[in-house]
Amino acid sequence: MSVEHQTATTAPPKTDNRWKLLEATMKRHQYQPDALIEVLHTAQELFGYLDRDLLTYTAHSLKLPPSRVYGVATFYHFFSLAPKGKHTCVICMGTACYVKGAARLLAAAEQAAGVKAGETTPDGEVSLLTARCLGACGIAPAAVLDGAVAGHMTDDVLVQQVKGWMEHGAESTH
Amino acid sequence: MAQNPLTEIAQQEHEEKKPRCLRCCVAAGCLSQGSDGVRKALQEAVEAEGLADEVEVRGVGCMGLCSRGPLVASDPEGALYENVTPQDAPSIVAALKGKEAPALKKGSFQIPFFIKQLPIVLENSGRIDPERIEAYIAQEGYQALQHVVRELSPTEVIDEIIRSGLRGRGGAGYPTGLKWSLVAKTRAERKFVVCNADEGDPGAFMDRSVLESDPHRVLEGMAIAAYAVGATQGYIYVRGEYPLAISRLQTAIRQARKLGMLGSQIFDTGFDFKVDLRIGAGAFVCGEETALMASIEGRRGTPRLRPPYPAESGLWGFPTLINNVETFANIPAIVRKGADWFASIGTEKSKGTKVFALAGKIRNTGLIEVPMGTTLREIVIEMGGGVPDGKQVKAVQTGGPSGGCIPASALDTPVDYESLLKVGSIMGSGGMIVMDEDTNMVDVARFFMEFCMDESCGKCIPCRAGTVQMYRLLNRIRNGEATEDDLHTLFELCDMVKRASLCGLGQSAPNPVLSTLRFFRDDYLAFIKVRATDHGG
Repeated sequence: MSVEHQTATTAPPKTDNRWKLLEATMKRHQYQPDALIEVLHTAQELFGYLDRDLLTYTAHSLKLPPSRVYGVATFYHFFSLAPKGKHTCVICMGTACYVKGAARLLAAAEQAAGVKAGETTPDGEVSLLTARCLGACGIAPAAVLDGAVAGHMTDDVLVQQVKGWMEHGAESTH
Repeated sequence: MAQNPLTEIAQQEHEEKKPRCLRCCVAAGCLSQGSDGVRKALQEAVEAEGLADEVEVRGVGCMGLCSRGPLVASDPEGALYENVTPQDAPSIVAALKGKEAPALKKGSFQIPFFIKQLPIVLENSGRIDPERIEAYIAQEGYQALQHVVRELSPTEVIDEIIRSGLRGRGGAGYPTGLKWSLVAKTRAERKFVVCNADEGDPGAFMDRSVLESDPHRVLEGMAIAAYAVGATQGYIYVRGEYPLAISRLQTAIRQARKLGMLGSQIFDTGFDFKVDLRIGAGAFVCGEETALMASIEGRRGTPRLRPPYPAESGLWGFPTLINNVETFANIPAIVRKGADWFASIGTEKSKGTKVFALAGKIRNTGLIEVPMGTTLREIVIEMGGGVPDGKQVKAVQTGGPSGGCIPASALDTPVDYESLLKVGSIMGSGGMIVMDEDTNMVDVARFFMEFCMDESCGKCIPCRAGTVQMYRLLNRIRNGEATEDDLHTLFELCDMVKRASLCGLGQSAPNPVLSTLRFFRDDYLAFIKVRATDHGG
């Protein structure tokens, strides 16, 4: 993530195009406070996560108290207030996947990555996450590897993928 | 706009139709198994064989048998190919010319999984291209809306829905027509129609499939509802976890607006209706209607006390009609074919069909639509093919974290709202998860309790604190540290949380525990006995 917006308060740096895109989204919603969740979705898409400055800026623009913005950002699982790893591995913990051994998959992935679900490896390579249900129950157990849903997942395939990411840190698969 | 634009479009579709068609499923299940590559390979193979004028390669929605995807079907032969890879494409095209292709894995539409179904909601699913409005119109799409806005009064529409006996498919089963009439009766300067597509129950993917396979059907149902209750603005609240459904809905809304089926002066009448999407951000409680409305308003998705019900005071205080995806998807067919036709399907109190997502320890996982009153045995054993590896069914879970586990001894229960309640479960939105003899029911109860504990919004104490205590007790039992007294405490807690919680999430959170305690008490006692005889655990 860029350093410049760490120092930004209410006026974003004009050099970063992402701020303009965020501004455009708010404008499209006519700066309506109702659009808060929409705006946070866009902000996270653009910046990867929601840091304090981003939340403060959103609050000012939509004329909302910062507490309200913070409250909403922390209420929903989808919003992340900390940076994510370069790669993400999401394991579905829905009922169908659970019945088909998702807990074992998660344990294997946690061991391979050396972090717990919800955490990112110290080298910033891999974030390990769980999902409530992807709705991909027909191909359970399922996982999402860097945004792509993979069905009929096995411990071996998953561990290999996670280890591969960690070993070839510089290389990116997608 | 022409006098009857629908007929024109439908006619053109039929004229341009090629004699043969290869349908390739491009819904989420098959896509994640590489069906996009299959579709491209089929198109290339068709062109290479010089059949481009004769054979259409069509990306379609869900065909249902997700466990054997990617699926390809050929028309008019009615052949079905399973686990198709891009390498299979030339053989499939060769088979169109009559050449045998032994390497292909051939399935059949003549198995109980398909022939016992009665598709109403899914009638276009797996048949039409979900990204083309013309394909929907060619299947009589938007005719119901046209008929309604041009020829019927709002009261007549509501009467038709009441007579059909349709009940809400989101789980609770409230009569749809009655809900509509409540909103219609309330006087207000603005009204809203909301489609609840926040399919949160783990193990349920019916709504996702409907939105991915036939999005226009849902839009048409919403527009008819809006006309009936007098609303001009609609919202579809979709889970953020369903990116494909979101993108197909966006496409559908754009197309419908362009052709004048949404927007202002629909079908040249005075009726205006606009639909916007709202994307959820991962909170199970937002499936509850008052929480969902808070989320649409950009706030934390916490529920509030009812009454007032949304029909009186909903979004921004205005009367609001909230129905789920499957409910809206039933509407166009009811209007087109009549309330009597719909009411002739199903049981006395549960009319029509229900879509179920079959998953878990079962051979044929996927999506099915059956008449209400079909027994669990027919669904699980005949259609689903039973449990693989020669194992036995132990339980069937319906209703997600709000439902219960039905024991194998009750497999002859018909699926309708009342019968499922009698065996300690609920219809729910349609998730049906089969568990075999290896599944421990205390684990299942603990799994659901952990879910409810995490998803509790924290507003009311019975749910916030009660789910944590119940989860701890279940852990104690699972670890062999519990006494029989703990079982009593667990039972009492269940009762308290059920009675005292603010919303449906808390009120139904004890259900999986209660139903497993009722039918699988031995699974609990086994852990407690271990402690009595062996202190080492």
